[in-house]
Amino acid sequence: MDELVIDIHGLKKSFGDLHVLRGVDLQVHRGENVVVLGRSGTGKSVLIKIIVGLLKPDAGEVRVLGQDVTLLRGRELDEFRQKVGFSFQSSALYDSMSIRENLEFPLVRNIRNLSRADINRAVEEALDDVGLSQTINQMPSELSGGQRKRIGIARTLMLKPEIMLYDEPTAGLDPITSIEINNLINEVRQRTGASSIIITHDLTCAKTTGDRVAMLLDGTFERVGTFDEVFADPDERVQQFYNYNFVN
Amino acid sequence: MQADTKSTDSPPSRPSLPRRFERFFINLADVAAFVGRFFREALLPPYEFKEIIRQCYEVGYRSLLLISTTGFITGIVFTNQSRPSLTEFGATSWLPSLIAIAVVRALGPLVTALIAAGKVGSSIGAELGSMNVTEQIDAMEVSGTDPFKFLVVTRVLATSFTIPLLTMYTIFVALIGAYINVNQNEQTSFTSYIQEVFGAITYLDIFMSLIKSIAFGFTIGMVGCYKGYHSSKGTEGVGKAANSSVVTAMFLVFIEELLSLQIANAIRGS
Repeated sequence: MDELVIDIHGLKKSFGDLHVLRGVDLQVHRGENVVVLGRSGTGKSVLIKIIVGLLKPDAGEVRVLGQDVTLLRGRELDEFRQKVGFSFQSSALYDSMSIRENLEFPLVRNIRNLSRADINRAVEEALDDVGLSQTINQMPSELSGGQRKRIGIARTLMLKPEIMLYDEPTAGLDPITSIEINNLINEVRQRTGASSIIITHDLTCAKTTGDRVAMLLDGTFERVGTFDEVFADPDERVQQFYNYNFVN
Repeated sequence: MQADTKSTDSPPSRPSLPRRFERFFINLADVAAFVGRFFREALLPPYEFKEIIRQCYEVGYRSLLLISTTGFITGIVFTNQSRPSLTEFGATSWLPSLIAIAVVRALGPLVTALIAAGKVGSSIGAELGSMNVTEQIDAMEVSGTDPFKFLVVTRVLATSFTIPLLTMYTIFVALIGAYINVNQNEQTSFTSYIQEVFGAITYLDIFMSLIKSIAFGFTIGMVGCYKGYHSSKGTEGVGKAANSSVVTAMFLVFIEELLSLQIANAIRGS
């Protein structure tokens, strides 16, 4: 648990005059689930997009699995990304491909010399793990929101990543499906030992899945700790967040 | 109070002229970078042969019925419309030559390109736009696949290969349509029609037609990909990407047609 897999110092990112991240520090240990909480538009998704190299930071250091992400290019970046899974808010399943083809995609693109039998076995196992074996020949448009989320997570796990980044995993889902997704996130950690950053503003998700919670306020992590530690803080902004989730 | 409301409701003022010039040149540089990246990525391995073939099928086979109908009708209509003028000079026997020159040099490539801009260009713009909006392009990138190579290079190569083939097919179908009309009205035999058609056209005509179609195909693919790849977020962005793909591609096709006409005339004159 002590080995650092993500180590971020002084991370800054702006879009024009909008200063989203103003010096973020964050450390994630191996096997740990860290939940990032914050209001919409505060830069939570920007943070994980920087971690996976989709966005470049303006300043700061981002070391993931011992590598400085800002220096990675081309093949090195592709190899790095195989170790970091990214589950998108919209699931981002490829519309023109069936579920089987969606799950095969990262495998056939990244691992050469895999036999058809190996690919089929990997796809079937991945679908079994998320309890959706029956959807193998369906198209993404035929699935419900919750099913799409599960398939999205299964696709991300095809390359057995060491780190999982979840962008709003329960957004737009009903409470029961949200609980199923939260359980799936915990199962993934148990099964694979992967560390995770979970971006959310759903406090049930944060409480169920996070070992630690980091609250993004005004572009920095002002509160980091266990769920109870963070929400014991009398700060009005923290309490507003808590009350909105649990009172409404 | 009323004045306040008015000022809030009025549309945003247009940017100043220097600002518009600046934007224009920034966009131009962006397009140049996009085209440059296409050539760099198309030449460097790995090559996406399987996806290129799949895209050729999408572009070619799926447009075949529309192209066949349009080409056939173009042949018939053009013949019918040209006849009265030739009849006035007692030159109806020149009809096959006139049709051949018009169809091979201009109508075949142009009709194919316009149909492809409408069908293929809009479809590429909408598909990539929708992939952009729903983060599928990002998902491809984080799964270790270069989305530019997989989505853009394959589609542009497919349109550049397939549209010349479709053009040759359109020319063939238009000439068949024209023959049916000529045969009905002038009772010209097929052999004599074919002899007159091939007597009128030169290798330069066919060569220029092919080169022009490659340029049209490249333009249609490139415009569709550029607009889709850079679409703004939201469903409105997808619609705009599809729409401006068609409009821009058609406009550029006409400009290219004009340029190719000048080049062909210069070659013929020399």
